[in-house]
Amino acid sequence: MVGITGYGGYVPRLRLQRAAAAKANAWLNPGLMGKSKGERAMANWDEDAITMAVEASRDALGPDDDRSRVKALYFGTTTAAFTDRLNAGIVQAALTLEPQTACFDISGTQRAGLSALSSALAAVRGGLKGEALAATGERRKARAASGQEMDGGDAGAAILVGDKDVLAEHIGSAVTTTDFVDHFRGAGEEFDYAWEERWIRDEGFAKIVPPVIKAALADAKIEASAVDVFILPTTFKGVAESVAKKAGLKPEAVKDQLGAQIGDSGAAHALVLLSHALETAKAGQVIVVAQFGQGCEAHVFKTTAKIESWKPERGVSGWLADGKPETNYMKWLVFNGLVDWEKGMRAEKDNKTALTTLYRNNDMILGLVGGRCTETGTVQFPRTRISVNPNNAAVDTQVPYKFADKPASILSWSADNLTYAMSPPNHYGMMVFEGGGRIFMDITDVDPGDVDSGTPVRMVFRVKEWDERRGFTRYFWKAQPDKRRIASVKQAAE
Amino acid sequence: MAAGIRDKVAIIGMGCSKFGERWDAGPDDLMVEAYLEAMGEAGIEASQLDAAWFSTHIDEIGTGKGGTPLSLALRLPNIAVTRVENFCASGSEAFRGAVYAVAAGAADIALAVGVEKLKDTGYGGLPTGNMGTLIPQTSPNGSAPGNFAQLASAYRTKHGVTKEDLKRAIAHVSVKSHANGSKNPKAHLRNVVTEEIVMNAPMIAEPLGLFDCCGVSDGAAAAIVTTPEIAASLGHKGLVTVKALQLSVSNGLESQHNSWDGSYFHTARIAAKKAYKEAGVEKPREEISMIEVHDCFSITELVTMEDLFISEEGKGWSDVLDGFYDADGKMPCQIDGGLKCFGHPIGASGLRMLYEMYLQLKGRAGDRQLANPKLGLTHNLGGSPSTNVCSVAIIGQQGA
Repeated sequence: MVGITGYGGYVPRLRLQRAAAAKANAWLNPGLMGKSKGERAMANWDEDAITMAVEASRDALGPDDDRSRVKALYFGTTTAAFTDRLNAGIVQAALTLEPQTACFDISGTQRAGLSALSSALAAVRGGLKGEALAATGERRKARAASGQEMDGGDAGAAILVGDKDVLAEHIGSAVTTTDFVDHFRGAGEEFDYAWEERWIRDEGFAKIVPPVIKAALADAKIEASAVDVFILPTTFKGVAESVAKKAGLKPEAVKDQLGAQIGDSGAAHALVLLSHALETAKAGQVIVVAQFGQGCEAHVFKTTAKIESWKPERGVSGWLADGKPETNYMKWLVFNGLVDWEKGMRAEKDNKTALTTLYRNNDMILGLVGGRCTETGTVQFPRTRISVNPNNAAVDTQVPYKFADKPASILSWSADNLTYAMSPPNHYGMMVFEGGGRIFMDITDVDPGDVDSGTPVRMVFRVKEWDERRGFTRYFWKAQPDKRRIASVKQAAE
Repeated sequence: MAAGIRDKVAIIGMGCSKFGERWDAGPDDLMVEAYLEAMGEAGIEASQLDAAWFSTHIDEIGTGKGGTPLSLALRLPNIAVTRVENFCASGSEAFRGAVYAVAAGAADIALAVGVEKLKDTGYGGLPTGNMGTLIPQTSPNGSAPGNFAQLASAYRTKHGVTKEDLKRAIAHVSVKSHANGSKNPKAHLRNVVTEEIVMNAPMIAEPLGLFDCCGVSDGAAAAIVTTPEIAASLGHKGLVTVKALQLSVSNGLESQHNSWDGSYFHTARIAAKKAYKEAGVEKPREEISMIEVHDCFSITELVTMEDLFISEEGKGWSDVLDGFYDADGKMPCQIDGGLKCFGHPIGASGLRMLYEMYLQLKGRAGDRQLANPKLGLTHNLGGSPSTNVCSVAIIGQQGA
């Protein structure tokens, strides 16, 4: 039995209030007021498709150090940091997957997220000796005051595929490819160019999708009426419903788009919705997930009894509950590079990355791997030839030690208004880890007053900075206030 | 422990440029200003110098690298010039080089000059330094005030001091230094400030406000050292000699091992202990007459009072508030105004601290003169609380 063996999601903490964006731009485009309901997920300045895919994958994989069961990784996105550098390789390094993991970038269409899942399923069916991970993330970029800005959302999702302990069996699929260009983004371009919505709806969704759904159900030998959940990402109102009707599905099977909470996370959205649906799925349910883009792809899953006992670390709903409303539209513009703001001379620092140094220290920088002395047990970051232990400077005794999923807390901190920062004041400090070790690092997803010495934190993989001159994105780990542990500490105190 | 440097080397001349926003002067002009003052006092010719040590930290905006900038500016007679750099303790490093050369017998008379031209950056504050190719890939996006502010959160937690009490104590550190600096014609900032002004100043890096940060200035300082015998032969009387020169350098314990709690300077405690031993000081709180410490930020000065074993651990903040370190207190600290009022031209600061101790010991400190000082201590720190170099030097009356 091949199918889903784990799932996870990620929704960034900030939620741009659509009313705030609409209000800022209605003078330019009064029609935006019609989109002013709810909120959309807004990536922090230091998040991108890669970091969100990493976070969603951690959500699915859990905190265990041993991830050797993952033998293949398919990363689906249209907003990756690199055109020519394996983005999936960065995800792999951040997740500390084995070097033997086969990694692939899947891009070029809004169905890239679901195509990543197709590839993972095909790999396992093809005899992969282990599990395949389909990871997706999308940081949508749209022009200021555009409809896409209001409709979009930033998010990530991850689905693990295997043939043991299956939560949802893959029972059928279908695909069609047709060069229907509802929108495009030329190579090197920042923004989409989109055609008329009515044409996309009537000639695209309405005609291309239903036959694919029917074909997938036929492949699965499932009656349309037996479908419990139908997922079809679209920002067009009523389109998923009308497609469902044409395909003979129950109207109540149509999954909510989470448009009022997240917005449409593009290539990631099918897996975001699938991940969300799996959280509440009951045993024996049939789930159809489809994604549109230069054709359509659809997969049919049937949940097993295991679905009800397996849970992700946080899940899409866990992240959704952690949102912080953002009403500052100017912050949105700055975070998304939509305004040329005065950064000051401190921002002139050259962020050129020595690729030799990055490679030598790859597991340290991308995987947050330090060392543990086999003689004394001393844990330290980074790993060095001579141990930091003041009582035993043992030489060449250290083995790799993973910090990314170890709980930590703040020893010392400051909120710095002087340094150049995308979201001042920049918080940073010394993080000490349960089990040993410490790292002086940036703190992210934080507002003044949120942290003090002792505040529990978790590690998150983020953009460290950009080298704008050379087009390079530098990644490292940061501390994020750990809301779950903060809440439990507070509860214990009360 | 080695026999040490105590009384083996005498200072026969020191000089210090006017510190400040020296729009009129390049680093070469600043070096000449300090050098001529020191040479005038030493009463020697350049041809009598055997070797020189030259400290400057940020070569990109200052003099450039190497020993040549000093030799060119001063037209030295083709003697050895060694450029030294050890973060913000570079000035003390130049002094160490010159003193050790004399003590070793390699030089009869040696020169130490430190300089930094910070006001050619185009903005206030220190420029971001070059940290190599690895550290920038992981270290936080921070600044000097943010790095030193870390001490405050750890100190509050360890000693159970409230945010308000600590903020008031560090405010007093700056109020005291401004009062001292107002009397010093060579200081950059000569305004008197109140606790209210300090506490309500704009926040730079929590909890450090504008007045918790030292100034940013241009400046140079110089010292000429020789043996006590040669000093006497040159006619110098009432000699000021070097009693101790210690330097302790972080090895990663603070930044990588959980035994350090973040509230103090591990290196400062080591350097202080060694310096007291080298100088024969047993009770620093009683025996040391005055101190010049590295008050890059008010919180640094406060915790340093404990690291030098002058205040008891956890009591530094209350000693500060009690006026123990004021000009009329038991242990005057930053009697010249400190980094707070002089600013911190990095390569010069360590020598600038020694300059004030030297003036005081010579009885030439004008309005700031303390009664009969015997031993003066300088503490010169570079880096950040978790990774640093710390110099502790003691100079004093010959025989003291």
